[in-house]
Amino acid sequence: MTQVSMTVNGKTVSGDVEGRTLLSSFLRDHLSLTGTHVGCDTAQCGACVVHVNGEAVKSCNMLALEADGAEVGTIEGQANPDGSLNVIQQAFQDHHGLQCGFCTPGMVMSAAALLKENPRPTEAEIRKYLEGNLCRCTGYHNIVKAIMAASGQDVSHIAAE
Amino acid sequence: MYNFEFKSPSTIADAVAALAGEDAQALGGGQTLIPTMKQRLAAPATLVRLGGIPELKGVCVEDDGSIAIGAATTHATVAREVADKYPALADLAGHIGDPAVRNRGTIGGSLANNDPAACYPAAVLGSGAMVVTNSRQIAADDFFQGMFTTALDEGEIITSVRFPVPQAASYQKFLQPASRFALVGVFLARFADGVRVAVTGASEEGVFRWAEAEQALNKEFRPDALMDLRVNPMNMIGDLHGSKEYRAHLVGVMTRRAVQACI
Ligand SMILES: Cc1cc2nc3c(=O)[nH]c(=O)nc-3n(C[C@H](O)[C@H](O)[C@H](O)COP(=O)(O)OP(=O)(O)OC[C@H]3O[C@@H](n4cnc5c(N)ncnc54)[C@H](O)[C@@H]3O)c2cc1C
Ligand code: FES
Ligand code: FES
Repeated sequence: MTQVSMTVNGKTVSGDVEGRTLLSSFLRDHLSLTGTHVGCDTAQCGACVVHVNGEAVKSCNMLALEADGAEVGTIEGQANPDGSLNVIQQAFQDHHGLQCGFCTPGMVMSAAALLKENPRPTEAEIRKYLEGNLCRCTGYHNIVKAIMAASGQDVSHIAAE
Repeated sequence: MYNFEFKSPSTIADAVAALAGEDAQALGGGQTLIPTMKQRLAAPATLVRLGGIPELKGVCVEDDGSIAIGAATTHATVAREVADKYPALADLAGHIGDPAVRNRGTIGGSLANNDPAACYPAAVLGSGAMVVTNSRQIAADDFFQGMFTTALDEGEIITSVRFPVPQAASYQKFLQPASRFALVGVFLARFADGVRVAVTGASEEGVFRWAEAEQALNKEFRPDALMDLRVNPMNMIGDLHGSKEYRAHLVGVMTRRAVQACI
């Protein structure tokens, strides 16, 4: 066992892990932050996307020890300080950007990374950025619409699906 | 995944020393190796992380104008930092997998792995780049030795890759949408002394140069110059995503598109 320390959603945390412990397992099993979902465990679906030093990564495809000393952000850290939903989360609710909700943590984390990089993305840019986030329910339209709305763009011309 | 000892050296020398141990393996971005270890197709006793070595990271322009990219530089960094220096290379890096994969995966890992459908091998072979390791320099033409096989020795690590910058270049990727790798990808680079055409995704032998196309394009740099050329479907990959004949056909189509993009 090796000790690993990192900052998760602004709090310093540490724990004893094996070499093979994935970042997703560390978050879910050691820290009980089960908002990060594991859909495929093969780096395909994006349900496990978190931020490491501000960048979106698939936490099922990274070792916990690789995140030693890093700043990690998960879905649990996304809400506003008063506990209300942040702009992206609220937009997902307003525009029905989720059905079963399994993909949603990864979608929201990817959307946050996109909007940081590109504050007013086009529809095509949003679809391209979400290439690695799979959703089995929504058909994507309302996810794309929610992200456009979260970026402050008018989505009234986009028909509800 | 079997357990292993994790080491994170901060210099190339320490990494090379750690890799001399029995069953030690380098860890780049882990985007290929971690899934492989989960499937127990790889089970190193020691994993030596290269991501903590500053000398392996970053992009710089050499005195002769070539671009040197550290082996542990991520696809996302290459896409960003070479955009104005070598647009075709930046475009290739920016279309590998998806954003989260590009934030972790590295050029060194991609080349060492030499997946027959990977993108970077086409850029390196198509550009005639030089692969620099901890002990020597290997020309692209000697580096790739068939599917998942390279000239690297046991314990040898790629430290950087040096790309000469062509007059014009284009990477044309026919996407395999499920894996997001190339079903067929063609990297074409036009230098003052000739054209190089490298094809990935298509051949059972891994990335290869299409010599007949290069000759034809050296005579006449137009898509039509390739109209009568065919690659032999015999050596092509045939699987549920595309038959040998289909891939052979795509090689021609993607090469012509690359020429068009360079005109
Ligand atoms: C969902 C998904 C989609 C992808 N799509 C594409 C795509 O479209 N095109 C594409 O080209 N690739 C694609 N990839 C693969 C990706 O580019 C990987 O990043 C790359 O193949 C391996 O790089 P890595 O840094 O992650 O290496 P790792 O997975 O860490 O290592 C791979 C191999 O290289 C060795 N190695 C690593 N670094 C070095 C070094 N510096 N010197 C010597 N040996 C080294 C390791 O020991 C291991 O054997 C995809 C991957 C995923 C998960
Ligand atoms: S659980 Fe990590 S990508 Fe699917
Ligand atoms: S809402 Fe069910 S998978 Fe996306």
